[in-house]
Amino acid sequence: MSTARLQLPARIVEGDVFKLRLLVQHPMDSGFLRDLDGVLIKRNVIRHLQCILNDKEVFRVEPTTGTSANPLFEFYLRATKSGELYFRWVDDKGYIGELRQKLVIEPTNQSKAAKP
Amino acid sequence: MFFSLSRRDWLLRCLKTSAGAWGLSVGVSRAQDMSVLGRVQDMSDARLRNFDEMIAPYVVRQPVKQGGITLSLPMLADNGHLVPLSLKVDSPMTEESHVTHVYLISQRNPVPLMAMFVLGPWNGRAELSMRVRLSGTQMVVALARMSDGTFRYETQEVVVTEAACIDNG
Repeated sequence: MSTARLQLPARIVEGDVFKLRLLVQHPMDSGFLRDLDGVLIKRNVIRHLQCILNDKEVFRVEPTTGTSANPLFEFYLRATKSGELYFRWVDDKGYIGELRQKLVIEPTNQSKAAKP
Repeated sequence: MFFSLSRRDWLLRCLKTSAGAWGLSVGVSRAQDMSVLGRVQDMSDARLRNFDEMIAPYVVRQPVKQGGITLSLPMLADNGHLVPLSLKVDSPMTEESHVTHVYLISQRNPVPLMAMFVLGPWNGRAELSMRVRLSGTQMVVALARMSDGTFRYETQEVVVTEAACIDNG
């Protein structure tokens, strides 16, 4: 099984560039290590992970065996529109992991004032 | 004395020596198969790639220049299984000028590429951070492809006391 956790700032205002921290629980077996019986553990790493916001890919990473177990990715996004962040990743075993997170972006004070 | 050997003797001798050599080679390969530790040693002592070899799979005749990237890694990593790495590319990240790809390349790992990122103007800031595995003391290269097709890179040396790719490591 593979689960993930996403960390977002508490308050995101339109126009901000905000930081996302995604921690995916995955063994990322490199295929070079052996278990206690000396049997080679088969390679099982995440092939690609993508972040989709409002049907548009906004971030993509293709890790290899050089990525640590339980990979942590930190990246930035520019806040434009509220929506749903959708993370999807596929590993060597064909397992598809998913994470959905609602993204709420507050309008700026100026745009608030402009609205009656 | 050699000339005194009959044709039959000579052929027999040839056969024996070749059989001996074959036996020896089989023995050696068996021994190699048996020594897991030896193979692990090979892996962590793998030949260091040179810079051109490291970037060759990603750069095809485009200009490559050093600088414009801040790569931060610990100078000394106690555990090669988990080395925090963060980088920042100096780019306005606008529609006209942004970073499209970031490659993290290792000099010594059995798989040179550690991760590849795809970015765009919607990211707002070309800043990334992750954790990598390093198989021994080596140089790490961060290679960024800009939207105009040029490449930038930055390197850093890391001393790794306990390499990844080793059992119970």
